Amino acid sequence: MARRTAPVDELYAEARAGSRRALGRLLTIVERGGPNADQVSEMAHPHAGRAHIVGITGAPGSGKSTLVGELVAKLVRTGRRPAVLAVDPSSPLTGGAILGDRIRMDEAVTPATESPAIATSLRSGGSADSPTVATSQRPFIRSMATRGHSGGLALAVPLAVRLFDAVGYDPVIIETVGVGQVEVDVVGAADTAVVVMTPGMGDAVQANKAGLLEVADVFVVNKADRPGAADVRRDLELMLDLSHMTGQESPTGYRPPIVMASALNGDGMTEVWACVEKHLAHLDETGERAVRRRHRIRTEVRARLAEAMSAVAEQAMDTTQADVLRRAEAADLSPNQAANELLAHLLREDDPKDNT
Amino acid sequence: MSDASAAQPQLRVLLAKLGLDGHDRGLKVVARILRDAGMEVIYLGLRQTTDSIVAAAEQEDADVIGLSMHNAGHMTLAPAMVKAVETAELDTPVVVGGIVPVQDVEPLLAAGVAAVIGPGTSAEQVAQTIRDAVASAQAD
Repeated sequence: MARRTAPVDELYAEARAGSRRALGRLLTIVERGGPNADQVSEMAHPHAGRAHIVGITGAPGSGKSTLVGELVAKLVRTGRRPAVLAVDPSSPLTGGAILGDRIRMDEAVTPATESPAIATSLRSGGSADSPTVATSQRPFIRSMATRGHSGGLALAVPLAVRLFDAVGYDPVIIETVGVGQVEVDVVGAADTAVVVMTPGMGDAVQANKAGLLEVADVFVVNKADRPGAADVRRDLELMLDLSHMTGQESPTGYRPPIVMASALNGDGMTEVWACVEKHLAHLDETGERAVRRRHRIRTEVRARLAEAMSAVAEQAMDTTQADVLRRAEAADLSPNQAANELLAHLLREDDPKDNT
Repeated sequence: MSDASAAQPQLRVLLAKLGLDGHDRGLKVVARILRDAGMEVIYLGLRQTTDSIVAAAEQEDADVIGLSMHNAGHMTLAPAMVKAVETAELDTPVVVGGIVPVQDVEPLLAAGVAAVIGPGTSAEQVAQTIRDAVASAQAD
């Protein structure tokens, strides 16, 4: 394909120098995986490790994107350089996806209705940068589809985060829908995990099911102007009160705060970010940040290993021991026995001593 | 990665309405058509500007920009979009859909618009037009 694709090292140098186009290209390479993505990983590795990584998750429609938009708009105004990775599900049937997160975020970042100059330029279709947000100061927002295979997501997300970190973005915010183990793992592996709840979505028992409550460092009860918000808060407080009974309380004595907010009206945003920063300070004070980093690295190494093993498994299905598969298909072997035979064969192959 | 997308990279399509034009029903239909054709649609929706679209195209590394126009502004806005893309040194093709009178199609193509999709186009044709626009842009 003749698309203007510079080599990875050139793109990386450009991205480090501030090119958004180069960073956009690199993120595509990261998403596709393979040797080029590995090269990005190697280049970014020495420059990463500074950014505060914040995971934000919650049910669809809970207002995550609006919240993230409000937060990054605030961060930009205070001179920070935030990046957002917005993960949305792909259709399992067609592989397609509608990535609609940045529509809410852009609204907060460039408030079109607030400036008459923008309305004028909208009419002519021309430049509409808000006077307060120059293009270079805009947050970098990237949408990522899950592409049907959780293994790919588990590799692409940490690598994209490392890349943002390495080219100077801080904080790096990952937004995911809180469904699926990988999504929960990704958010749980952040420095600070924010879980967004809303009234009217069932009680805290429902949230418990999703496995989100254990990973939360900050709770946000969004849409707090709606009926039932106080109930959500009470359920969460009760759940946190019970943590000590089952040994789930933090060993450092940290108790996740609960912030009442209305992202659409901008209410509670200052407090949300203050809680996020306070959590980071707590991590630094207790040495917990290094623990989380180690956990994150382990998670990524495991994901890479699993991906490599799964490729080997695919290969084994295709090439070796065809008769084992035949016998399983003919029901002469149970699937379990067939898998064990294939595994034994693979392990023999890998061990040079046993190779005859 | 053991993924079909390695052989056939997943198309990333940016869809937006440019300028003051509130008719987004058609664009939502197109978003659904393209998603069901296996593409990743980054949906920007209403009241975008050339700048906001270029910024999103850079960050999202979009393969193609789809503009929906129902306010008779296409002769001004579509060429402005093409120019903004060129100014930003992007090679992203711009496809226009919506209500465009037949006599305007040639001038738009001459102004650098990759394709114009009008009313009555089948879902299959919409997806194919997008694929063709990307293929010919990347062959240049």
